[in-house]
Amino acid sequence: MSEILLGAHDVSKRFPGVLANNQVSLQLERGRILALLGENGAGKSTLVNILFGMYRPDEGHVIIKGERVDLRGPDDAISRGIGMVHQHFQLVPPMRVVENIVLGAEPVLRGLVDLGEARRRVIELSRRYGLEIDPDAVVEDLPVGMQQRVEILKALYRNADVLIMDEPTGVLTPQEADHLLGVLRELTQTGLGVVFITHKLREVLAVADDIVVLRNGEVVGQTTPGETSENGLAEMMVGRSVMLRVDKSVAEPGDVVLELEKLSVEDDRGQIALNEVSFEVREGEILGVAGVEGNGQRELVEAITGLRGLSSGLMKIGSDEFTSGSTRQIAEKGVAHIPEDREKHGLIGVYSLEENSVLNRYHRKPFSLRGFLRRDVIKRHAEGVVDEFDVRTPSTSVPASSLSGGNKQKLIVGREFSDDIDLLVAAQPTRGIDIGAIEFIHRRILDQRDKGTAVLLVSAELDEILGLSDRIAVLYDGELMDVLDAEDSNREKIGLLMAGITDSKSSA
Amino acid sequence: MKLHQKRLLYAGLIVLLVVIWIFYAANGPQTTAVLAGTVRAATLLALGAMCGMIGERSGVVNIGIEGQFLLSAFAAFTVASMTSSLFLGTIAGIGMGLLMGWMLAAMAVGLKVDQIIAGTVLNIAALGLTSFFYDRSRSLGVGKYTNIDLGPLADIPLVGTVLFSRPPLTYLTMALLIVVHVALFRSVWGMRTRAIGEHPGAADTVGIDVLRLRYFNVTIAGGLAGLGGAYLALEAVGTFSRAMSGGRGFLALAVMIFGRRTPFGAYAAALFFGFTTALQNQFQLNNTFDIPPQFVGMLPFIVTILVVALSGLIGSMRDPAALGQTYEKG
Repeated sequence: MSEILLGAHDVSKRFPGVLANNQVSLQLERGRILALLGENGAGKSTLVNILFGMYRPDEGHVIIKGERVDLRGPDDAISRGIGMVHQHFQLVPPMRVVENIVLGAEPVLRGLVDLGEARRRVIELSRRYGLEIDPDAVVEDLPVGMQQRVEILKALYRNADVLIMDEPTGVLTPQEADHLLGVLRELTQTGLGVVFITHKLREVLAVADDIVVLRNGEVVGQTTPGETSENGLAEMMVGRSVMLRVDKSVAEPGDVVLELEKLSVEDDRGQIALNEVSFEVREGEILGVAGVEGNGQRELVEAITGLRGLSSGLMKIGSDEFTSGSTRQIAEKGVAHIPEDREKHGLIGVYSLEENSVLNRYHRKPFSLRGFLRRDVIKRHAEGVVDEFDVRTPSTSVPASSLSGGNKQKLIVGREFSDDIDLLVAAQPTRGIDIGAIEFIHRRILDQRDKGTAVLLVSAELDEILGLSDRIAVLYDGELMDVLDAEDSNREKIGLLMAGITDSKSSA
Repeated sequence: MKLHQKRLLYAGLIVLLVVIWIFYAANGPQTTAVLAGTVRAATLLALGAMCGMIGERSGVVNIGIEGQFLLSAFAAFTVASMTSSLFLGTIAGIGMGLLMGWMLAAMAVGLKVDQIIAGTVLNIAALGLTSFFYDRSRSLGVGKYTNIDLGPLADIPLVGTVLFSRPPLTYLTMALLIVVHVALFRSVWGMRTRAIGEHPGAADTVGIDVLRLRYFNVTIAGGLAGLGGAYLALEAVGTFSRAMSGGRGFLALAVMIFGRRTPFGAYAAALFFGFTTALQNQFQLNNTFDIPPQFVGMLPFIVTILVVALSGLIGSMRDPAALGQTYEKG
């Protein structure tokens, strides 16, 4: 057995009310990739923060290269050769690549930062590991994949021999993700060990040497890709057998419900975020919108739901044309919205479940009468939603903020679905919620479709798009690249479109 | 700076020099007086702007510069008058600036008080304290700082008088511009300072103590404002009077923004604002316009409003991303 670079021994960590890690042990060997798999809230982040010195374990200890250590902070972990690439990049956007890499460990010449020496070292590193980069590029001008490379180089510059990657593929196209997995594989050949945190089963099977599965803060399984399958891993994560693919019938599209004609929308900074996009969604079909986040999806959803004005173009909902409209005017047309950010746009945290259950129609009968809310009617309504949509809560009078992510989302879905709707706009409807709730929400969205609702599904999870959609639209840099029939599309095809590559361009 | 911007800058400078030369040929003493007044007024603004930019580059807004000027001017004047030493007075001014910087840091960084409120506290405290302890009978027995000629350089017509026959704190300020520039953009300290103002989380993950560095920077920057106070009392005016900073601490913030939070940029902006002040003085002296002097006195402030509004329109200036936000670890 080769050298053990990093280990946790019976680590436990308690937060008020939660046992985040319960006697967790794992070992990372030199030259191997350890995948840490688990749902949101399973304790992955806590464990990684302990390994990186951000938290101290209540019990147990961390072992680095055979030595039992008591990490005092991230800098302590860094000096012992642990490098971490955070899910949200820790880079200073207006600074150059070389400055970002050396920040905190700058080479010094006569009291000033020796940028020449820094540049030499960065170039040397990028050659050695085959991670090509322009050291003088400004970080904010770089694509996400390149920024991630800067993060990796930052760790390597500090002589890391363990690389902790926290959900590294979430922001990448499938091709970029594959490339990253290749890079990690090569890095292990130079003797690094990698801890790879993810909830994507496919990637785990593709790249890991060892797999550790966490559930409710405990290690529930240790395995290798050879011994398991996607279904096996999912079962370990959730604790029961799950349906990874939703069964669905063939769509029976009817009349056009939503029609966009050369719709252009600006983002918050006044830049064009959506450029003359045209498509339509029909009754009884799900149109999935795929794309790497930040390519205009948010602006698209906000425009359709009335949260953001159009800069040009036309939008038709049913028979009504809109060039501008308030959210209420649009909602009155039978448009339901599952917003991307449920904390910000979906719920009001300090309001009770009851109040939240009528946020979209408290002003109408039967929920209010002559300007006064009818609490009893609202309460009955909320109880109906909680029952039907399986929202786990002690009562309907508790504040919405007390719910878990999955239950919040079920409450929103319940609210939006408890009215007659013609169009459902669902943005990232299953982000950050547990597999059980994902299954449930997927099922409900399909039910809506089968009832004849037109569904626009926007998701950064390609598997979700592929699993639910009848047709798939791909956005890249605010442009609609193409709309494909689900049967004719696959991961590779869509991945290329997500990177802005069309057939004509790739053959040229 | 991009190439075309550089060209524009040089072209502008040449035009400016030609204009100055024409005016100098037409009326030498007047032109000299206005330009000397420009440099005089710019010194205080440059010191305040440097104080502000070190704070803002680290993510802390300092709107207490006005108060720092005022209380430091008071301390400098009082100590200089008691000890009959301008040098000790200057040290006292800087010390008071540091102390007020430290107070701002303690509130805004340590206790995480809203930065605008913390700065306002300084302004109100300074006005109240100086008004209360103001002693009308006290005077500066030794007289204010006098001009020092820099050898033959001082004999150059116009330029010599304007730049090389100045009192000591003006020279010190010019030197500090270079020091702060190098420190901000070339030193380890400067790189880390800019990092904590843009993305404190990133700095934290590479082992930089964000709160400590902000604490340090806001305190040190206070020393610059303190020097400004000393300059005001001991070099520019030669006495202390109630509320003598007269809004120039706020003007310094405009200068800082217009100068893109760089020392040289700020000095250029300070010279511009200083020019409007000097011009206004000259107008009043000559009675150029037949309107009440208060209206002529408004000139620098009207120009400030116009310029800041315009520079907002022109855009392309961006605040440090973490400006005004307190930093929580984790």
